[in-house]
Formats: sequence, C-alpha cells, structure tokens
Amino acid sequence: MNRPAPIGLLRATLALLRKDLLIEWRTRARLNAIVFFALATLLMFSFALGPDTRLLEKNAGGYFWLAILFASVLALGESFRVESENACMDGVRLAPADARAIYLSKALGNALLLVALGTLLLPVMVALYGVKVVTGFVDLGCVLLLGSLALSAPGTVYAAISSNARARDVLLPLLLFPLVIPALLSAAKATTLVLQGDPMNQLNSWLGLLLGFNLIYWGVGFLLFPRIIED
Amino acid sequence: MNKLIKWGLPLAGLGVLAAGWWLGLAWAPPDREMGDVQRIMYVHVPLQWMAMVAMLLNFVAAVSYLLRGNASWKLDSTAESAAEVGLLLGTLGMVTGAIWGRPTWGVYWSWDPRLTSEAIMLVTYTGYLVLRRFVEDPDKRATWSAVVAILGAINLPIVWFSVRWWRSLHQVQSSPKTVDPQMVLPLRVSAIGLLLITIFFLITRYRLALAERQAEVALPDALPEASGSVVSNAHKVA
Amino acid sequence: MTVRIPDTNPLAMPSLSAAPALALHDVSKRYGRRWALARLTYALPAGRSLLLTGHNGSGKTTLLRLVATALGPTAGKVEVLGHDAVQERDTVRREVGLLSHASFLYEDLTAQQNLVVLARLLGHPSPGDVADTLLTRVGLGRRSDNAVRGFSAGMRKRLAIARLLLKAPRIALLDEPFGELDPAGIHDMEGIIAELKASGVTVVLATHLVEQGLTLCEERLHLQDGRAVAA
Repeated sequence: MNRPAPIGLLRATLALLRKDLLIEWRTRARLNAIVFFALATLLMFSFALGPDTRLLEKNAGGYFWLAILFASVLALGESFRVESENACMDGVRLAPADARAIYLSKALGNALLLVALGTLLLPVMVALYGVKVVTGFVDLGCVLLLGSLALSAPGTVYAAISSNARARDVLLPLLLFPLVIPALLSAAKATTLVLQGDPMNQLNSWLGLLLGFNLIYWGVGFLLFPRIIED
Repeated sequence: MNKLIKWGLPLAGLGVLAAGWWLGLAWAPPDREMGDVQRIMYVHVPLQWMAMVAMLLNFVAAVSYLLRGNASWKLDSTAESAAEVGLLLGTLGMVTGAIWGRPTWGVYWSWDPRLTSEAIMLVTYTGYLVLRRFVEDPDKRATWSAVVAILGAINLPIVWFSVRWWRSLHQVQSSPKTVDPQMVLPLRVSAIGLLLITIFFLITRYRLALAERQAEVALPDALPEASGSVVSNAHKVA
Repeated sequence: MTVRIPDTNPLAMPSLSAAPALALHDVSKRYGRRWALARLTYALPAGRSLLLTGHNGSGKTTLLRLVATALGPTAGKVEVLGHDAVQERDTVRREVGLLSHASFLYEDLTAQQNLVVLARLLGHPSPGDVADTLLTRVGLGRRSDNAVRGFSAGMRKRLAIARLLLKAPRIALLDEPFGELDPAGIHDMEGIIAELKASGVTVVLATHLVEQGLTLCEERLHLQDGRAVAA
C-alpha cells in the first residue's frame, strides 16, 4: 500500500462535504431540530400578530428569513459541535486537509441545509400565511440559494470561533446577527417581491446585492478561516 | 513625556473643547430652521468623527495583527483600546443624535442609513468586546477578535449601502445640510479638542490593555536559560 | 490483533535519510502564563525510536502535538525529517501520524466510514477496500459497520491505531498508547509498535509504563516542567 498523491482543494472539499452529509444523513439530528424550530417560529409569528392573514401575507418574506436565520444559529453551532467531539477537527487538519477546504465544506454544507429548510418551510407558509409565488419558482429558488449562502459564509467563520469560546450559545447570535443584516434585508425584500409581484423590476437589484455580499464574505472567510483553526 | 500625556493632553483637550463649545454656543449664529437646538451639533458631530477614527484604528490594528506572523501584544492592545473608546464615543454620539433628532424630526430615531449603520456598528463592536471577554487564551483571543473586527468593519459600508437602497425605495426625504461658514470654525475647534481627549483615552486604555496582556502572557524573558548543551539558537518572540 | 504493517515508502529506510528524524532547536511553547516547554533542544537520530517520560503536565503531550503540527511553537524551531514544522507544515503532516488522547473518531459514523473519510482525504483510489483491510488487521473486521458511539475504550484505541496506520506515516507519535487497554490489548499494542519499528517507522512513545517503553525504544527523553532532565 503506497501512499497516494495528495489531493487538491476541490477534492478535499468534496470529501469533507460528503463526510458531513453522511453524518447528517445517519443522525438527521440537525435537520430535524432546525425544521421543527423554524416551523415553531413561523407559527409563533402568526400568534404574535393575531389571525390577520393579510398582515401575515404582507410580511411573509421577513418572517420566512427570520425563521431561517434563527434556525441557522442552531445549524451552525451543531456543525462544529460534531468536530469538537473527540477533537475530530484536529484529526481532519492533521490528515492533512487544507483548512480552506474545511471552510468551504462546512459553509457549503450549512448552506445546503438552509436551502433544504427553506424548501420545507415554503408549503407551510402557503398554508399558514396564504402566500402565492407570483413571479415564479426560479426566482424564489435564486433568492433561497443566495440567501442561504449569504447566511452560512460569515456564519461558518463565527461558528468556528464561538464553538471554542465560553457561552457559545450567546456569542454566535451576538456576532452573527449584526453582520448578516444586509443579507437578511435583501433576502427578505427579494422574497417579498417574489411573493407579491415585482411591478418595478427591483428583484434583480436585491439579488445583485445578495450576490455581492456572498462574494465578499466567501472570499474573506476563505482567506481568514485558516487563521482561526490553525495554531 | 509621561507627565505630558497624563496631565497635559487631557487639560489641553478640555481647554480646546471648552473654547470650541463656547464658540458654538455663544459666537456662532443659530440655525435658520432649527434654531438653538442645532447647537448640539458641536457636541454630536465631533463625537461621531472620533468614533469613526477609533474604529478605523481598530480595523488597521486588526489587519496588521493578522498580517504579522508572531503575536503582537501591542497591536492586540491597540485594537482592544480603540474598540472600547470608539464604542464609548459612538454611544455618546448616538445619544446626542437622538436628542437632536427629537425636536428636529419629531422622533428620536429614524431608519436613516447613517443612523442605522451606526447602530449596527455599536452592536458589532459590543459583540467584539464580548468575544474578548469570553475567550481565556490570549493568543486565540487576539486572533479571533481580529477576524471578527475585520468582518464587522467590512460589513459597515455594506449596511450603509443596503439601508440607503432599502429606504430610497420607500421614498423618504433626505435632509440636505447647508453649513454656515461661521459654524465651521466652532465645529473644527471642538473636533480638535475632542481629538486630544480621544488620544488621551486611547493611550491610557492602551497602557492598561498592554499591562493586562503582560499579566496573563508569560513573556520571553520569563524563560530560563537555554537547556541542553547542544544548541542555543537565536531566540525570538514578538 | 495481528497487524501487518503496510510496505512503507523505501525512503523511510534510515540508511537513506541523513536528516535526524526529529530535531528540536530551542523550542518553547507557552499557554497563557505557563511555559509548557521551555527552550528544549533535542535531536533524535534517524532510525532510532524515542521514549518520552515525565509526570503529568511535564510537556510530553505538548511536545508530540508540536511535532504533529497540531500546535505551533511559540519560539524555536521544530524539524521533522529535515522539514520545518511551520514552513512545510503540510509535508510534515503527511509524514507523521498521531495517536492522541482524543481519538479523532466521528461518533456517529461506523468504524469503516471513519476510515473511508480519512482514506478519501488522503486520495486513496478505493477507500472502502483500504478501510476493510485495515479493520481486519486491527481485529475490528466484524464490527466495521457499527457506529463508534457503541464502542468500548479498547475498540476505539484499535480504530484509532488503524487510522494512524492508514496514513502510512514515517514517524508515529504515540501518546499513551497503552492507556485504557486491558493486558491483552497492551500486548497487542506492543506487537503493533514492534512491527511499525520493523518496517522502518520512527516511533515516538509517551507513556507512564516505563518498562514497556524501554524495551521498545532505544532513546529516552525525560521531561520535567517542560525541560529535559536526566531520568
């Protein structure tokens, strides 16, 4: 058994992503938890506002992304708890796996989870809030994908930090929430346009802002993440 | 030198600031629309400017810390002190802004891009300082908080831009400001006064922070003589 | 547990490599106010194995983690097979295998999946086969499809050593390999270490069982408060 040649960044990312998805599939702990959490959040919004369906429908975009944001805090924290058990992160680093591949795999895995969550929440929104997808599912898919990527890029960096700090449950939202305001704002705005029609053609500007946010934070995370996990 | 910083700097700062405020309150004319209320500008605007200067210093220190290979406690202490002083000045600036806003706009708060970004800036740096309290290991604390400082600072222009966009689609009136030249002088003098006080705060807080680091980090001179007889390489720690 | 060590790279043969297996030049490692290692200088000649002894907290684990590049030195220079552990970190990581207190095992994956994950990261063309072969070698063949969560301490140790063997390292860093093992397990572990040595692998062994260690290693380094002292 000779040692094979080292693998590149892309293959390492895929190998790690596959591992994370396998763990997720075997336990389904994260997806179950965040789906029920997000469902409960959506339900609570309707109780907090009373049975005014028109009001709920009008604000559906915002509630949808708030539910995803709250659930993402759980998902992000859990994605690093898996690695801190038995110091698995050390095992992966020393394999060796490129720290940037670790970042990409974690951030992509978290984004995928959020996309799955959003997809599951949509029928619930239709039922609870009476929303209609006006401009089409392609638009909605784009918003969901870009929004999830935008939450998970900085979220993964902050989850890596807070998973090793005291009071991690307080720290992660405290760091993450102010940071993702532009992403939350544009994703919620874009979703509202998708659900209520886009007469002034503003959707693309908001998608553009989300794309820009993504480019910046995926880039910065990619560059800075190795400094967080390497001594 | 030390005495100059400890006594000269704050006294000079207070003196200049008093002169600036006197100019602003007594010498400058009242605003045509807002009247005497506008005079809070000579307190509010310098506070905002100095908060920005402090946050910029924090950002520069954080970037330099990460670019340096070795842990630099001076840069880490600079970043910490700048964030704390900036948070203090920014909060005061925000409060004075709200006091100004009430009689001017009729509300303490409006979702104006500048106000919103500033509020988010205050939350961001509160998070930054909380993170520093929650990480015991000084090396990890320095690195992680530098990363958080950079991400948070990058975010502020994005917030400003996105909120402006968000509001502009709502058609909210902007508030054009025409500044009388007689208002410029008191503003400048007050700003210089506050700058001196800010520098005094920064230096004092920096010294405290550095002393804290030195209390929790064993410095190289705490090391014993080289052990073993084989080699004694050049020994360097930043 | 009979283990056949994979044929390692012929370069691993001591006669061909002039650089010392391990060279510490005035190495210090600080945790906050405490110096875990204080100006340690030591060289392990190629082809020799090293026994690390010392009380708890004397710096053994720190030393192993520095050589494994899990940690970076605060000052000084660590060289592994002539490679700088900081500048050429990935090269060093490929050459060393670390058996640590933490097992680096994912609790929710099966024994086989744990090895497959590492095999993929290392670029093995058929990770499943490699994993199965190694599991049989460490005597876990029949438990390969069980989740690690149900494993005993001894089984985890076996799986962790299989993880190390999978890397085919030229330097094996073993931190308390006999801990948590029953007498039969200790015997098996001695067999594995002996075979590792026979196949040209440099073994660095940190253990409290000085007698076992002395029969396995030619060199000895006794640490006290992070400094080398006469045993």
